[in-house]
Formats: sequence, structure tokens, C-alpha cells
Amino acid sequence: MTPGLWELVLKGVWTTLQLLFFSALLATAVSFTVGVARTHRLWIVRFVAGFYTEVFRGTSALVMIFWVFFVLPPAFGWQLVPMWAGTLALGLTYGAYGSEIVRGALGAVDPAQREGGIALSFTPWQRMRLILLPQAVPEMVPPFSNLLIELLKGTSLVSVMGMGDLAFSGNLVRLALQESAGIYTYLLLIYFVIAFLLTRLMRGLEKRLKAGVGKAARPRTALPEPVDATLGGAR
Amino acid sequence: MSLETLPEPEIDPERSATELIRLEQVTKRFGDHTVLDRLDFSVDAGKHVTLIGPSGSGKTTILRLLMTLAKPDEGTITVAGQRLYPAPEKQVREVRKKIGMVFQQFNLFPNMSVLRNITEAPVTVLGLDRDEAEARARELLDLVGLADKCDARPTRLSGGQQQRVAIARALAMRPQVLLLDEVTSALDPELVAGVLDLLRDIARSTDITMLCVTHEMNFARDISDQVLMFDSGRVIESGTPEKIFSDPEKDRTREFLGAVL
Amino acid sequence: MNWDWSAVADFMPHFWDGLLVTLRVLVIGSLISFVLGLVWALLVRVPSRWVTWPVGAVTEFVRNTPLLVQLFFLFYVLPEWGLTLSALTTGVIGIGLHYSTYTMQVYRAGIEAVPAGQWEAATALNLPLRRTWTAVILPQAIRRVVPALGNYVISMLKDTPMLMAITVLEMLGEARLFSQESFRFTEPLTVIGVAFIALSYLASLLLRALERRLVP
Repeated sequence: MTPGLWELVLKGVWTTLQLLFFSALLATAVSFTVGVARTHRLWIVRFVAGFYTEVFRGTSALVMIFWVFFVLPPAFGWQLVPMWAGTLALGLTYGAYGSEIVRGALGAVDPAQREGGIALSFTPWQRMRLILLPQAVPEMVPPFSNLLIELLKGTSLVSVMGMGDLAFSGNLVRLALQESAGIYTYLLLIYFVIAFLLTRLMRGLEKRLKAGVGKAARPRTALPEPVDATLGGAR
Repeated sequence: MSLETLPEPEIDPERSATELIRLEQVTKRFGDHTVLDRLDFSVDAGKHVTLIGPSGSGKTTILRLLMTLAKPDEGTITVAGQRLYPAPEKQVREVRKKIGMVFQQFNLFPNMSVLRNITEAPVTVLGLDRDEAEARARELLDLVGLADKCDARPTRLSGGQQQRVAIARALAMRPQVLLLDEVTSALDPELVAGVLDLLRDIARSTDITMLCVTHEMNFARDISDQVLMFDSGRVIESGTPEKIFSDPEKDRTREFLGAVL
Repeated sequence: MNWDWSAVADFMPHFWDGLLVTLRVLVIGSLISFVLGLVWALLVRVPSRWVTWPVGAVTEFVRNTPLLVQLFFLFYVLPEWGLTLSALTTGVIGIGLHYSTYTMQVYRAGIEAVPAGQWEAATALNLPLRRTWTAVILPQAIRRVVPALGNYVISMLKDTPMLMAITVLEMLGEARLFSQESFRFTEPLTVIGVAFIALSYLASLLLRALERRLVP
């Protein structure tokens, strides 16, 4: 591999990291908005949030990407730059999975805590902000960590649209060198290293947050579930 | 129900008068805690021996070592003249055939019917053909009073019924030694008597050697030839039930019996 | 927004073709992942580091890297090594292999959830190790893991469009081909989008029914 080709790969890494960062940000926002909305006292809010989750978890991320790239522009007259189109498709899809995590963690907080909040005559929003979320967020970190790895893997999908991410750079190198074993091995290794670093980062975050609410990081014993398990949750 | 149908253990008459189980200098530790401390201990064939003592004194550990569910850290275990520990795996399998065990939590296989629970090992381990194994299983179910539960799933049975199936399952292997590990501890009080009566019948009508860990002192008094009092990993006193229960020598034994009787 | 029903009608024959391919990939891919995942789960229990370490490392690697790049790897590299498979076969193997690293974790958890007393009873009855696995442990473990495995089948369904990238004409592949020929993007992409939502929803209903039957 020539230095020029390596530069191509490095640019791909940079694009992948940017896309990962933006779509993770959007996915987090969606997760919390929709996840909290699903615990709202008004049924219509719960229904709309639930509908969102059902639809976006039911679709395939790649189909969503095609839709955002090809259907949105003519239909609504939006022509998004590829980075934002990718961010939108990935953020909305993975945010739907994330909302399930948020809802689950909020539901797992001891009901006595909510009652305590009522006894202190907090408003529902104060209860959410001051009591429920601080206790639920540390529990969300391990599943969010898994979701982040899935999102990293998902970023490779934009290469199908010709966006110059890491996976796409591999295809260019393959065409340039007429040889594929080497470049794809490198690519997989780079993805693995990024995933490894992300896992480490999230584990550190979990430790800090759990120390904040006075809990030890607990061993995980439950059956592993796919982050994008089912519609409505057959769990 | 006929007790004549109960399997006869195949005991070599030469040996039957003498010892069947011998533990020599057996030590077992869990981390820093020494559960058994250089224990010497033997049981004669056909005898019924009850192990009593406070919890954590190592009684159950002895049964688990004999069943090869755990390995000693030091010492040797011999059964019917053959080494069980230390021994090569092949010999362990051979010696282990002579031993059966009934557990506190029954440990029936929930994925098999009651009948399959009993026939599984005779077919796959002893190589009986299925008809023969089923005939044997039906006899045993008859003996334990559950002839009508052949096709039931174990989880549908009461605790007492499950434990009786577990006893039948152990007997189906025609063991020379039967290990009973607190077999009534997990049962509701009203179901205890039925299981104990069954074990009394078996003790009286067969010459299976029994090693029994129990908190049921009346039962221990009824069936035992010998009672061993354990404390802190050692046998501190042994003797006939009459002796141990009415006139123990050691203060520790008296104290323990005072607390449980 | 311009929606043309005649474009939908034109696309439908292609849609059915694509649906069949998607379902074929899903069924065979699932079977591969069920079998291979069990093999991994059993291998990591072999009491030898020479087995557990490589199996653990390889599955961790496959699980943490994108399926899409793995598909490229299989599609372009295997022929270089003299192994030429059809795109569909390559895709099915790739997706099955990828998901086996997830089902492996499911099986592991299921096996660990079988109570220790079951192993002890098997030892007390002197059952051979093989028989203990096949007659006692696995039947109990697998019953427990069916719902979790089913969830991964639904996940896999949503990953099947990636096979389009290695020229397999599953639903998305058919939609793209149709779009390129007719310059209609909205209709085919919306049709398959709805199809995915409907299929996932149906599958999850099916799974819940199955779960109710398995867990009384």
C-alpha cells in the first residue's frame, strides 16, 4: 500500500468518526426524548412515542439510509449533504433502539423513589430530572455501550451511498490495487480497535456514574438481547 | 406395594461383613476455610450411618466427596476395596456405579417424564434395554407409591412426590451405597413424614448401605446403626443412636442435641 | 410529493422476487447462526485455553466489526484464495457467521442458567458427559433461549439488505435495480420500507406466541 492509499484510509477513519459522533449525539437526544415520552401521563404522548419506536425499530437501517438519500429530497425538496443525511438516518434508527433502553431503565427504578418524590410534592418533571433520571442513567450505560458498537458498525452502511467513510476507502483501495485480502483485513482491524476503545470509554463512564449513586458496577447475568430486539418488546 | 421387589444390591459376601467405605486423612478446604480436617472414617457394608452436627461442620461435604461432586485436597477415598480418589477417570466411573445419591433439592430432570428420569441412567449407563429399564422403573414407582405418575412432568408433582421419584431414580441403579443429603429439608412439613416412612421401609427391608445427613433426629434414631457427631470438620463422637441420643459423652454433642431436639 | 401507483404495480413482481430471496437468506442464515453459535458456545467451555482463547478472540472480533465489511471480505477475498461461491451463498454464510457470534452469547447464558443441581444429578447417576449434554443440559438450555434467538432472527432480517452491496438481489437490491431503470425512487423504496416494518412486526407477534407456549 502506498502512502497515498493510506491517506485515503485515514480520511475514511476521520469521516467514520465524525459520522459516529454526530449520529450518536442525535440518537442520544432521540433516545431520551422518546424514552421519557413513553412514560408520560398523557396516553396520546405515549402512543406517538410508541409508534415512533415501533416504526423505526421495524425498518432496516440501510433501507432508511436509501430513503433519506433518495426519497426525502424529491418529496420534501430537501437536499441534504451526505454527512447530514447519514446522521439523520442512523440517529433516528438507533435512537429508536435507545428509547427502549431509556424506557426500560426508568421502569426499573424502585417505585418507592417515585412515591418519595410525590411525597415531597415535586412536579412530574422535577421527579424525572431530580430523582428518576439520576438513578436510571447509570443503569443505561452498559446497554448504550452495546448500542454504540452497533452504531459504529452501522456507519459503514453509508459507504453504499458513496460516502467516503472507512468502509468506502477499502473499496477504493481494492480497485486501485486489484487485491482485497490485505485492505479488508486492515479495515476490520481498524473497526475492531475503535470498538475496543469505545467499550473502554463506556466502561469508565459506567464506573464514574455508578460511584455517583453509590453502587458497584454489577455483573451482568441476564440473557443477552439484541439491541434492536423486537417491536413492542417480546421480552 | 411389595418390598420384595426392591433391588438386591450385589454385594460380595466375603466383604459384606466388613467395611465398604473408607476415608483416610481426608482434608477439604474452601479458600481459607478448612471444612474437613484430616478425617478418618469408615462404614461397614449394610450399615446405616447418620451424620449429625451443626451446619457448616462438613457433613454434606463428605457425601459430596463420596459422590465425586467435589475433590478432596488431601487424603484417599476407597469404596468396596477400589480407590475412588485419587483414581483415573475410568476407575472413578466404575466405582461411582456403586453409589447413588438423593439431594436436598431433588434435582429431577424437568425436561423428562417421571419414568424417563428413572430409566435414563439404567439404559445409558448400565446398558439395560428400554423394556427392562421401564419394568424396573414401574416396580420402583409402585414401591414409592407413585405408580400413576409415570408420564407426569416432575414439575407438576409436589415436593414430597418429587423426592420419592428421586429416591426411585437412585435405587434404579441398584447402588450398594445410598447417600441421603438432607432429603427432607426442602419439603413442606406435612410432606416430610411420607418420605421418611419410605426411607425407613427401604432401610429395614434391604441391605443397602446408607449414609445420611439429616436434621430429623427421630428418623436418625430409628434407622441408624451408628451416629457420628461432627464439629468443625472432625468426628467428635460416634456410637449407637441409643448411646448418642441418651448418654452422649461430649458436652458439645449434648449442647447440639439440646438445641435441636 | 408525487406518488405514482402504476410505478408500485410495475415494481411488485420484482418485489416478490426480492422477498423470496430475503426470506431464503433469513432462513438459511438463521439455521447457520443457530448451529454455529452452539458450536462456539460449547467450544468456549472446553477446559483448555488453547481452544477457548482463539474461539473467544475470533468471535469477539467478528461481533465487533461491521457485517458489511465482512461481506466485502468474503466476496472479494475468497475468490483470491481460489474459493468461488455465488454472491447469495457468500452472503448467507457471512450473515450466518456474523450472527453466530451473538447466538453464542445467548446459548452461553442459557447453559449457565441450568441449575448446578442438574449437573450433580447427572454425575450421581454416572451419566457420560456426552449424554449429560444432549439429554439433560441442552434440552433445558435451549428451551430457555428460544425467545432470545428469535429476537436475533428479527435483527438479522433487518440486516439482510446489506447483501445488496455484494450484488444479491434481495428486496433492497430489487428496489435499487428498479429505481435505476425507471428513475422512480419513492415508490419501490417505500414499498420495501413498509414490507420490513410489516415483516418485523409479524415476526415479533409470532415470537411472542411461541414464547407463551414455551414458558407456561
